[in-house]
Amino acid sequence: MFGRLCISLTLAAGVVAGPNFAQGVGDADKGAEIFKKCSGCHQVGVGASDKVGPHLNGIFGSPAAAHEGYRYSKSMTRAGDDGLIWTAETLDAYLENPRALVSKTRMSFRGLKDPADRADVLAYLRRFSDDPANIPEAEPTAIGTDHDLDPEILALVGDAEYGEYLASECLTCHRADGAAEGIPSITLWETEDFVIAMHAYKRKLRPHPVMQMMAGRLNDEEIAALAAYFKDLD
Amino acid sequence: MNINRRLFIGSGAAAATTLAAPTVFADGHAKPRVVVVGGGAGGATAARYIAKDSKGEIDVTLIEPTRMYYTCFFSNLYLGGVKGIDDLGHSYGTLAANGVNVVHDWAVGVDRDAKTVSLAGGGQVPYDKLILSPGIDFVDGAVEGWDLSAQNAMPHAYKGGSQTELLKAQMAAMPQGGTFAMVAPPNPYRCPPGPYERVSMVAHYLKANNPTAKIIVADPKPKFSKMALFQEGWAEHYEGMIDWIGEDFGGGEVSVDPAAMTVTIDGEVTNVDVCNIIPAMKAGRIAEIAGVTDGNWAPVNAADMSTKADADIYVLGDASQQGDMPKSGYAANSQAKVCANAVRGALTGAKVFPAKFSNTCWSLIDANDGVKVGATYEATDEKIAKVDGFISATGESAELRKATYEESEGWYAGITADMFG
Repeated sequence: MFGRLCISLTLAAGVVAGPNFAQGVGDADKGAEIFKKCSGCHQVGVGASDKVGPHLNGIFGSPAAAHEGYRYSKSMTRAGDDGLIWTAETLDAYLENPRALVSKTRMSFRGLKDPADRADVLAYLRRFSDDPANIPEAEPTAIGTDHDLDPEILALVGDAEYGEYLASECLTCHRADGAAEGIPSITLWETEDFVIAMHAYKRKLRPHPVMQMMAGRLNDEEIAALAAYFKDLD
Repeated sequence: MNINRRLFIGSGAAAATTLAAPTVFADGHAKPRVVVVGGGAGGATAARYIAKDSKGEIDVTLIEPTRMYYTCFFSNLYLGGVKGIDDLGHSYGTLAANGVNVVHDWAVGVDRDAKTVSLAGGGQVPYDKLILSPGIDFVDGAVEGWDLSAQNAMPHAYKGGSQTELLKAQMAAMPQGGTFAMVAPPNPYRCPPGPYERVSMVAHYLKANNPTAKIIVADPKPKFSKMALFQEGWAEHYEGMIDWIGEDFGGGEVSVDPAAMTVTIDGEVTNVDVCNIIPAMKAGRIAEIAGVTDGNWAPVNAADMSTKADADIYVLGDASQQGDMPKSGYAANSQAKVCANAVRGALTGAKVFPAKFSNTCWSLIDANDGVKVGATYEATDEKIAKVDGFISATGESAELRKATYEESEGWYAGITADMFG
């Protein structure tokens, strides 16, 4: 089941990647401000094009030096040939110190030393990349999601009967039988995973617009109710 | 009435109300009876949810003339060659196996005093609550020169099934370099982006099979749903093929001659090879027969989809006049669940939860180039009111557009499973 797998992967990444990744998902709006430092060379978003540096749309999950039409340095091309993929981890490392990851890169940037700043920039950049919550083959673009969710929210015990009614809205798209064709399955999730994911949409940390909209009007009890219902829907 | 678990655990104002006033059935029959007319996104969903959730406490009868339901949603993808006609067909067998009495007949009358629905085959079906989900019919005289007798020469193809197949066959028979014309409808109508997704899919088909063909769209509206997205896509994928003639250029001044196969737009006569007429629409006829319409549509109460004219008759989907929701399969499905919950509560005392509505609408511009729009809604005293919404952006990446199309395929599988079980 992709949804759980995705969360598991991102949590696992937080464990293995060291303290830099304990920052979790950053604040994309703050990242947009920080990205202004980069905008002299890079564009991202609607209508973005290559400037001194390549545009950064779709950067997550793409191989290094794979963007057609842009002339990369030899070292970046070599890194791409060697299999460097731009993931949350590699981008974090590159942003911290470009030359530490790709020696002789033409990116003449000293790096962002504050892990929180890097997390914010990555959160901003992932707005313009595939969303792993919805595209199974996409690279994870977030690290250690939602660790700061209020424990009282996670401790709520949902009303499964209310959840059944609320779930009818979800089941227009998500399959009750757990099938996942184009839209991820949401059945049999662990309650905590479900609540964390829904609050991430509600807080617009996860970017999918439909889910942001649907979660946005659910209160804490309603999310808990949905989690309680889907946990046992088999 | 059986006293069930749901009634005992009910709490709050709604449950208190139903406890205080249990429903009494006039002729003393044991189970409450719900009749649903129309087996599309609204009707099939309502029938399924009432039967499923009432667990045998309510007799549910679905009246639907066709034995195989062909969805109107995704029918444009069939025209474009992206889907086969069999991909759009769904039977009622699973609904029947799960407790819904499925009657394949036309509902031709409603006696609101006797609370019966009469069938073309001669029967009478009694109800305690009647749910009408008849979809659309067309307004006579909406396009000068066209009426239903011309639908074989100039198909509307705005109800799923044979008309869609006819239009596809006519497209396939077009001469090289021929002209495909569409007359778009005025607001309000079923599926606001539908005609423009159709233009896209017709262009997609013609680009592959008849690349010098032209498409003319006569439109009485100055703008339409997802307009910027469609026009961007048409310029990108079908440059020079599509001529959209809006209100400012006489797009509303249209007449047709089905015998001569001509379309006259603002006085200019054009010979066409295929002509798709999507006329102005109104609620399906049974709503008018039941006396619950006011003008072309059936006004309803937002909290439960009951009609303004009769508290025991509900109208779902395209036929209803409900407020801000578009007329779409998704919207009908959403409304059906609110209605099903309210009807079950009224008949059995089950807990009634607050109404929540939502809609998302995907459109395919070219193969793997999907866009979407959506919104959430709430019930107010006046109408179903929009709360929040979103729309795809122009200039999105090809990867995102492909993912959006794949998502729409997932939605189709989801909603049809939700409708038919």
